[in-house]
Amino acid sequence: MSLTLFNVIGAVIVAIAFVALNAAYLVWAERRGAGRIQRRPGPNINGPLGLLQPPADGLKLMAKQLVIPGGADKVLFVAAPVLCMFPALMSFVTIPFSETIVAHNINVGLLMIFAFAASGSMALLFAGWSSRNKYAMMSAVRSVSQAVAYEIPMLITAITIVMITGSLNLMDIVNQQGPSVLHWNILPIFGESKNLLMPLSFLLFFVCTLAETNRAPFDLGEAESELVAGFHIEYGSMGFGLFFMAEYANIVIGACLTTILFLGGWHPPLPMLSFIPGVVWFLLKVYALIATVIWIRWTFPRTTIYGLLNLSWKILIPFSLFNLLLTAGLLKVF
Amino acid sequence: MSKPIKLGPDETFVLNVGPQHPATHGVLRVKMRMDGEYIVDAETVIGYIHRMHEKMGELKTYPQFLMNLSRMDYLGAVGYSHGHILCVEKAAGIEVPERAEYIRVIMVELNRIASHLFWFGAFVMDLGGFSPLMYALQDREHILDMMEKVTGSRLTYCYFRFGGLFNDIDDEFIEAARRFIPRMRKSLDKYDKLVTGNIIFRKRLEGNAYLSKETCRKYGASSAVARGSGINFDVRRNEPYSVYPEFDFDIPVFHECDSLARYNVRMAEIEQSLRIVEQALDKLPDGPIMPKKAPKIIKPPAGDYYQAVETARGSFGVRLVSDGGKTPYRMKLRSPTYSNMHLFDETCKGMLIMDALAFMGSLDLVIPEIDR
Repeated sequence: MSLTLFNVIGAVIVAIAFVALNAAYLVWAERRGAGRIQRRPGPNINGPLGLLQPPADGLKLMAKQLVIPGGADKVLFVAAPVLCMFPALMSFVTIPFSETIVAHNINVGLLMIFAFAASGSMALLFAGWSSRNKYAMMSAVRSVSQAVAYEIPMLITAITIVMITGSLNLMDIVNQQGPSVLHWNILPIFGESKNLLMPLSFLLFFVCTLAETNRAPFDLGEAESELVAGFHIEYGSMGFGLFFMAEYANIVIGACLTTILFLGGWHPPLPMLSFIPGVVWFLLKVYALIATVIWIRWTFPRTTIYGLLNLSWKILIPFSLFNLLLTAGLLKVF
Repeated sequence: MSKPIKLGPDETFVLNVGPQHPATHGVLRVKMRMDGEYIVDAETVIGYIHRMHEKMGELKTYPQFLMNLSRMDYLGAVGYSHGHILCVEKAAGIEVPERAEYIRVIMVELNRIASHLFWFGAFVMDLGGFSPLMYALQDREHILDMMEKVTGSRLTYCYFRFGGLFNDIDDEFIEAARRFIPRMRKSLDKYDKLVTGNIIFRKRLEGNAYLSKETCRKYGASSAVARGSGINFDVRRNEPYSVYPEFDFDIPVFHECDSLARYNVRMAEIEQSLRIVEQALDKLPDGPIMPKKAPKIIKPPAGDYYQAVETARGSFGVRLVSDGGKTPYRMKLRSPTYSNMHLFDETCKGMLIMDALAFMGSLDLVIPEIDR
């Protein structure tokens, strides 16, 4: 019993370190990436290649005063950033980075991640509502309707995968996708379902992760040109820092989940490349997805709120339901 | 518990957009009465950056007032100087050498391209795409570098003099301008692929903010706002001035009346301005840039004078009432953005806030130019 508790605490500490490092350096990567796309250097003063920029930013944020606006709900205002960060941290506990590197393998891993992801949007609602700011309030309402609209197609797509695997355990889902690229769920020609619509399903899931993590072109919650900064408009200091970190942590989780469900987790694309450790493959895929996310953000303009909701309810949900039926049928045939 | 936000009787609330808001690009304030995300009523509040340019025009002598004009609109500064200088020259009867007039047109058109480029970047940024701004600024940089070498400044030019120019252009400038034209055409192709063809961009702008011809006429709208609604009016063509009749160029007119039409007009205007610059460089005559007997003290005879020019933001007019003295009796500056902006109050009713702010971006507002 005590050993398990010790394991869990250790896992949480490792997860926190991983998330914090990723969040800090993804901000750096995003700014460098944006710089490359926009033909300017990006942060390059602090340290080699600007690598000391994230700690400098972190120190600055920590040194600032946390201002609570007058008339705000103090308890919720302070709790919201923590509530935003907490689910992002907890989700890492169950993500398998390779066959052996997993903090705590539980049988309902996928369910747990979705449960925590859903509670993340609650934090945004708290933040928007407790700030007593009209912009923040509008942003909170937008974020929630967006989260609700995009969780449905995301879950249906995940169910499609679960149906193929027959398990909610993330390890099982990955194991079923070996050994070569043609067994991955993105194009399972030799896989179990042989569903040729899976590439579209992958795209759909990726779009949903973008929308779920409030990233461009679906960053309506913090649309800076109309809602100024959205739900975190009144936050300064580490309150803002936590929201910022949570955003990047959520991106990492989204990329990890997409990798696990569609890109074969830690499996190399070809069996003969298996001398390279699985964790390298896993991180390679994850960071490739994250780079795509950054690339999209700096290339596309923002959608509108009705465009966003229409896309989900009129296109993504019907398609994901259709794909679910098709996969069920194909599983029965083969 | 947080204090509830104050609501009106029909559950609407007032949203104060500005004076410091990223979408207003300056110190414009819009008081919006909102029903959720929908705008019930909006009122633009101006005057935060009023600098009394018209009063200054009455207190200063004509040459002293020259530098004020470029501070009216910091993006299309040369066009405003052009209007003022043409009006005073008309009033005082000063002859301008042909070469000077050609160089003026080259500068005005280059400045128009620079202004449209900045608008393009800022407009796409209003819609949430950041990168095009950086590309546009890079192209604009070439223009600023070129003009800096000749005029001595990069933003608020004071290059024109009564009767001619302060400085002649050299071969270096001509060569740079010739190099710039194909480069800009290539960039236009790139913007076309990156932005105009983007499905999100098109979906947001098609059908956004329908402006009928009547509305445009009612408010006295000009520039791309009017030409995007099918009104074929351009001062350069309708009330020709300077050497514009000698150039072959089109007035782009679109009939869709939406924000995309206004965008298309401005992008097409960049191409037309390039054509004018190209022809002006080819036809550039030799000769002096100042008349031999340029008057030192300017005293236009008593009378009422008006000159309109087409600036990057529309039809800019200078009305000058002289009593024969060293300073004008009255100096009225007709600002095109002032008319264009007042369309906003009426048109944005019932629109979503994000559509309304996209519409505001398509009007190309430069706030110091409204307040003067």
